Amino acid sequence: MADAGSIANNGVNVAALIAAREALTDTPAAAQFKWRAACEWKDGTHSHSTVEGFYGLGQEQHHRRTFTFDADHPEVFASEDKGATPVEYVLVGLASCLTAGIAAVAQHRNIQLRSVTATLEGDMDLQGILGIDDDVRNGFGGIKVTYKIDADAKREDIEALVAQSQKRSAVYDIVTNPTNVTVVVD
Amino acid sequence: MHQIETTSIRTVTSVVIGAGHAGLAMSRCLCDRSIDHVVLERGEIAHTWRTERWDSLRLLTPNWQSRLPGFSYNGDDPDGYRSVAEVIEFIASYAKAISAPVLTHTTVTSVRSTETGYLVRTDQGDWLCRTVVVASGACNVAVVPGFASKVPRSIKQLTAQDYRNPEQLADGGVLVVGASSSGVQIAHEIHRSGRPVILSVGEHIRAPRVYRGKDLEWWMDAAGVLDERYDEVDDIARARRVASLQLAGTPDRSTLDINALSEIGVTVVGRLGSIGENGKAQFSGSLRNMCALSDLKMGRLLDRIDEWAQRNGFDARANPPHRLPPTRVEPAPPLGMDLASGEIKAIIWATGYRPDYSWLGVPVLDRKGRLRHDGGVVSSPGMYLMGTQFMRRRKSALIDGAGDDARELSDHLASYLRQNSA
Repeated sequence: MADAGSIANNGVNVAALIAAREALTDTPAAAQFKWRAACEWKDGTHSHSTVEGFYGLGQEQHHRRTFTFDADHPEVFASEDKGATPVEYVLVGLASCLTAGIAAVAQHRNIQLRSVTATLEGDMDLQGILGIDDDVRNGFGGIKVTYKIDADAKREDIEALVAQSQKRSAVYDIVTNPTNVTVVVD
Repeated sequence: MHQIETTSIRTVTSVVIGAGHAGLAMSRCLCDRSIDHVVLERGEIAHTWRTERWDSLRLLTPNWQSRLPGFSYNGDDPDGYRSVAEVIEFIASYAKAISAPVLTHTTVTSVRSTETGYLVRTDQGDWLCRTVVVASGACNVAVVPGFASKVPRSIKQLTAQDYRNPEQLADGGVLVVGASSSGVQIAHEIHRSGRPVILSVGEHIRAPRVYRGKDLEWWMDAAGVLDERYDEVDDIARARRVASLQLAGTPDRSTLDINALSEIGVTVVGRLGSIGENGKAQFSGSLRNMCALSDLKMGRLLDRIDEWAQRNGFDARANPPHRLPPTRVEPAPPLGMDLASGEIKAIIWATGYRPDYSWLGVPVLDRKGRLRHDGGVVSSPGMYLMGTQFMRRRKSALIDGAGDDARELSDHLASYLRQNSA
């Protein structure tokens, strides 16, 4: 923990987050968000995705600019490797969600972070997606996330940060729990 | 007990709804303040204990800890845990000792505001009163997830409220959902009956039964953990939602945690996330973190106890501090199972309880159906609550918590009556 009296600064505006939590407790309708992405096929396994608008706080919202993401398969799959694979984007999503959570929880608990790095590894048996073995799932068999964290806190407090971040993480929930997915053709 | 013959409206200063330990403690405190009242009870005294508990259950707090205003344990097994029959006997003896004005077999059908207080309607006539104490319990309804409707019909479903003993179940596998106090005890008992048990584990709070040679409840009581007030904690709404400690009144004072259950062969899986139309159950991949959170939380409680012991000179009188081994989680716990395969014959939902306020015709509920109150002082003047989780103190839902709450709330109630006297 930071010394008594000193206040950790991890660059997270916790006061604003807490104010938002209070406001959204009283107005649950404003808490209803919709996150969006658009994707366009380019060539082969290469696709180009964009993220720009989303809905929340009762109205349409926009990112400060349009973010773009190229996805492809690597050369070992006879592709041109013009971007990360989709499953690597899932790892990126999980890592960035947990890491943002760690910073927010640390700020809330007045723990000064000096460095936070994560490495992620997802195991996948390609016999699933290639249709070789029906008993093998398409997705990851398991995901391992390893954090290295340098902070003004005891090991237990750092472990508690990481545990609490998982408990409150959207992407962690998305990958560990089932979600109804509806795909339609217009 | 009083028999009521008239059906005309009767008048009394205060109506207490529910003759469990909480309603009776309030009755005693109202007596001490010479406030005339009745205690309305839908069944017999300690009705919930008589009708909604499994056979082998023991109270999870030790005998010495059941202290009620003007009443406490004086037997020769202070460290033991009461059986259900003994809890009923204890609460009934208390009602007798304090001559509580209880009307049994009187079900409250509605409570409404009047100009001067409340109209309490029952199936045995109506009451006009100035104040009402809601002591009807925190665990009236077993909460079961919506996807329980997708469970194949061949599987018998029981809640922790309906479950009595393993004899109710066919031979074969049993899925116990929930690993708080009720879930771990039921899983343990069913496993010992020879039925294979799968235990689905979400958020839970691990706790050693005995720590450094003393009951964990002794430490929590001595170190003031149980006395922590609702207005002193960071986030009271969250504190009130926290699951009960994973404690059991084991006759041998053993700890009943996930490790103890997996050691004897119970299969531990993650939180039950969904059941599909095809009867396929999916378990969350969050089991490891659920167990890590629980181990960390337990570590913080034990740290706090050790600090208190050191500051207060208990180090010499208690065994040395120690920590429990971390909860063991299999490298790849199962993420799903086919409920239609016939392997599972029964599901026990130990997924929590909620109070039933459907009879309460006063606008005091929030959008989630929870009673709005400030430490038991309900938002409608002259209405009070008793016996719910962390109502005024961490111990509020325990038998031992009723005394302090009843004393303070009866004081508040008495001053409300004085300030609003006609």
